[in-house]
Amino acid sequence: MIIFINIIATSLFVFIIWWFWLSSPKVYKLGTEKSDAKKLDLEKSDSETIDVIVDNGVYTPSHIEVNQGQALTLRFLRKDASLCAEKVIFEDWNLSADLPVERTVELKVPTDEKGEHAFTCQMQMYRGVLNIK
Amino acid sequence: MPQKYQLSINGLSCAGCVSTVETALNAVEGVVQATVNFAEHTAMVEGDVSVEQLLTAVKNAGYEAAELKDESDTEQKQAAEFAHYRQLLKQAIVAGIAGVPLFGFGMSGFIPSLTSPNGQLIWFGIALVTLFVMVYSGRQFFKGAWHSFRAHNANMDTLIALGTGTAWVYSLVITIAPDVVPTLAQHAYFEAAVIIIALINFGSALEMRARGKTSEAIQRLIQLQPKTARVVRDGKEIDIPLGQIGLGETLRVRPGEQIAVDGDVIDGHSSVDESMLTGEPMHVEKKQGDEVVAGTINVSGTFLYQSKRIGADTVLAKIIQLVRQAQSSKPAIGRIVDKVAAIFVPTVLLIAIVTFLVWFNFSGQLAGQDNVSFAIVTTMTVLIIACPCALGLATPISIMVGVGKAAELGILIRNGEALQGAAKLTTIVLDKTGTITKGQPTVTSLDVIEADSEERLLQLAASLEQGSEHPLASSIVKAAREKELALFEVESFNAVSGKGVVGNINSEQVLLGNSKLMEKYAIDISGIHEQAEQHLQQAETVVYLASAGKLVGIISVSDPIKEDSVKAIKQLHAIGLKVVMLTGDNNKTAEAVASSVGIKHVISDVLPEDKENQVRLLQEKNEVVAMVGDGINDAPALARANIGFAIGTGTDVAIESADITLMSGSLYGVIDAINVSRATIRNIKQNLFGAFIYNSLGIPIAAGLLYPFFMILLNPMIAGGAMAMSSVTVVLNANRLRLMKSGREK
Repeated sequence: MIIFINIIATSLFVFIIWWFWLSSPKVYKLGTEKSDAKKLDLEKSDSETIDVIVDNGVYTPSHIEVNQGQALTLRFLRKDASLCAEKVIFEDWNLSADLPVERTVELKVPTDEKGEHAFTCQMQMYRGVLNIK
Repeated sequence: MPQKYQLSINGLSCAGCVSTVETALNAVEGVVQATVNFAEHTAMVEGDVSVEQLLTAVKNAGYEAAELKDESDTEQKQAAEFAHYRQLLKQAIVAGIAGVPLFGFGMSGFIPSLTSPNGQLIWFGIALVTLFVMVYSGRQFFKGAWHSFRAHNANMDTLIALGTGTAWVYSLVITIAPDVVPTLAQHAYFEAAVIIIALINFGSALEMRARGKTSEAIQRLIQLQPKTARVVRDGKEIDIPLGQIGLGETLRVRPGEQIAVDGDVIDGHSSVDESMLTGEPMHVEKKQGDEVVAGTINVSGTFLYQSKRIGADTVLAKIIQLVRQAQSSKPAIGRIVDKVAAIFVPTVLLIAIVTFLVWFNFSGQLAGQDNVSFAIVTTMTVLIIACPCALGLATPISIMVGVGKAAELGILIRNGEALQGAAKLTTIVLDKTGTITKGQPTVTSLDVIEADSEERLLQLAASLEQGSEHPLASSIVKAAREKELALFEVESFNAVSGKGVVGNINSEQVLLGNSKLMEKYAIDISGIHEQAEQHLQQAETVVYLASAGKLVGIISVSDPIKEDSVKAIKQLHAIGLKVVMLTGDNNKTAEAVASSVGIKHVISDVLPEDKENQVRLLQEKNEVVAMVGDGINDAPALARANIGFAIGTGTDVAIESADITLMSGSLYGVIDAINVSRATIRNIKQNLFGAFIYNSLGIPIAAGLLYPFFMILLNPMIAGGAMAMSSVTVVLNANRLRLMKSGREK
C-alpha cells in the first residue's frame, strides 16, 4: 500500500510537470480549424476573426496561431461575471479591452511581430497565447 | 456575429445624399442592411463589420460620421457586478450555515465514531449535505479548475478545488471504509472543506466590494456625461437621449446643467466649470466661437452650441479611453511578478505533492498522530493557503487606483512605464513661456531713438510679424491693431533661427529681433542700451527694430508669471527635485524671471532646436529628467526627456502628445503627478512585498516546516481564511491611494 501511494504521488508529480510545462495544448489556427467557441453558440468566425469565450477561468480557445502579417481580430465574449475576467490585456503591445458580461468586444491585434505573445486578465489567472509564425 | 450600429451622418443636404450614403454603406463587405434616415441624419447598419469600416465608407463618400452609442453599458456592468456580489454572499452563507455547526459539533467532542454502524450512517449523511453545499457554493471552483486543466493551465480555482476536493474525498473514503487507514488517521474533514469554501466566497465578495471603489475615478468620469440633452430641432427644444445627438446639431444648456457633447458656442455666453476634467478650480468664460466640451458644467448663463464631436470622439471619451488603457498597463516592476504568477500554481501543486510524500514517508511518530492524516492535512493546507490572487492583484490594483486618482486631479498618465518613470525623476526642466509664465505676452513699453515715432516702430514691427504665430509676435501685432495702425506688405521675409526676422518694407530692409540679430547686421544699439537694461532687469523681453541699417527703437514685452508658479516651484524643491528653467530668452530676462520664481538653474539663449540637446546634456550628468512644455513646440525635448509632461491650458491640450498630460496648465500638476506616481509605486512595492512574504512564509508553515521544532501546524480552515483575506488586504491597501490630496491643497 505504501509503495502504491508513493508511486501514485510521484507519477502525479511527473504528470504535473509534463502537463503544465512540457506538453502543448490544442492550438487554434486561424482559418484552418474550428474554434471550440462555436460549441457555445457563437456565430462562425470569418477568415480574420476568432471568437474567444471568457468563462470558467479560461479563454476558449486559449492558444491561437496565426501567420505574420495576417489581419486578426479577436472577438471576446465574457460569460464569467467574476472581476478577474473584466479585462483582457496584451502586455507586449500595451493593448487592452474592457469586457462587459455577455457582450462581444472586438480587439484588432497586430501580427507583425513573430513569437509567442501572452494575453491575460489583470491577475494572470486567465491566460492565453497568441503565436505569430 | 452580426452587430447593429447607429451612426450620425453630417453633411446630408438632400435626398440624393441619402442614396449615396446608403449605397456606400451597403457596399461594405459584411453589411446585411443599411438604411439612412434623412430627418434624423442617422444611419442604421446591421452586419458582420466593424464600426471603423463603416465610418471609412461614409468618409470616402464625402460625409462625416460618428457612432451613436448605447449609454447603458455602465449601469449594466454595475448591475452584473452587484448580482455577482450577492451570489457570492449567498454561496458563502449557505456554506457557512453548513460548516460552522459541523465545526462546533467536532470541537464539542461529540464526534460519532466512524467505526460504529450508526456513526458511519451519520457521517454518510454529513457527506451528502456537504456534497450538496460544495456543489452549490463551490461549483465555480471545480468548473474553473477542470476547464483550466484542459487548457493546460492552472489557477486559483485549481488550488481551491484540489484542496477542498481532497479533504472531501479523503473524508468519504474513511467514512465508507475506515479500516483502509490506521485508527489514528480516522478523522473526517467535511467541515473544513465547506468552511474553506465559505471563507473564500466571503473574501471574494469583500474583494469585489473594495474593488468597486478602485474604479470609482473612471466611473466618475463616465458619469460626467448627462443621459439626455436639449436639442433645438425645427425651432423646438426637445430632450433626447445622449446617444441620439448627431453632428452639427444645435443644443441649449441652462445654468447648472452638464454639457453633453463637444461643440462651439454659437449664441450666448457663460462661465463653465471645467475642474472635473482639468483639476483647475477657476471657472472659464465662454462666449460665441469658444469651444465647450462634454462633461463640464455650465455655471451661470444659458447658451446655444453646435455639436462637433460626439460619442467616442469627445475629449471626455478620449480621456476615459486613455485612463482605461493606462489602468491596464503595467510598469516593469509588475512584469517580474507576471513571470512568477505564470508558474506559481503548478509549482504549488508540486510543493503539495512533495509535502505529502515527506510527511507520509518520514513523519513516523513525530506528528503524534498517524502519518496519513498528517500528510493529508498538510497537503490540503498548502493548496489552500497559496494565494496567486494577492500576487496577481498587487500591481494592477494599485495602478488602477493611482492612474484614476491622477485623472481626478487633471493628470493623464499614459501608461505604467510613465508612472514608474515619474517616480524616479531627479530634475525637472521647465520651459519658460507658457509653463512658468502664462504664455500670453503683452507689449509694455516702446522706446524710440530721437525723431522716430512710437507708431512707426510698432507699425514696422507688426508688419514683419503679421504672419507669425509666435506668442511674442502675436502680442506686437495685437498692440498695433489696438492702435488701429495699418500694416505694410513685407517682401523677402526671412526668419533667422533664434535671433529674429528680416524683411523688406517699402524697399528698405527691416530687422526685428534680439541683440544677436543686430550684431549680425552690424547695427549700433548703444544709443538705447540703458533703457534696454532696465527692461531686462524687470524680466521683460526686449526686441530691437532697425530699418535701413539704423536702430529705430525697442519694444518691451512682458509675459506675466502664472499665479501659482512660485508656490509650485517651492514644492518641487521641497520634494527633492532640481528645477531648471530652459528658455530661448536672453540671459538677463531669464535670470530675472528665474529669481522671481525661485529657480537657481537657468539655461538661456537656447535655440528651439537645441532644447532637446540641453535635456540630453542633463541626462549625461546622470540626471533623470522630466521636461515640462506645451507639447507642440517642445515635442523633441519632451520625447528626449525620461518623462515628457505636456502642459495644457484647459481642455484644448493634445492629450496623446506626452507621457503625462497636465490638463490644468498649473505647475501643481507636475507635483501631483510625481506624488501620485511615487505613492503608487510605493503602494505596489508594499503589495508585492506583502504577497511574496505571505506566500513564502505561509506555504512552508502550511507544509508543516515548523512542526518538528515548535509543534506548530496550521489548521486548513485558518489557511482558507488567511487566503481569502490576503487579496482583500491588497485591495484595501491600494484604496488608500484614493485619499491623496493635491499639492494646491497643502
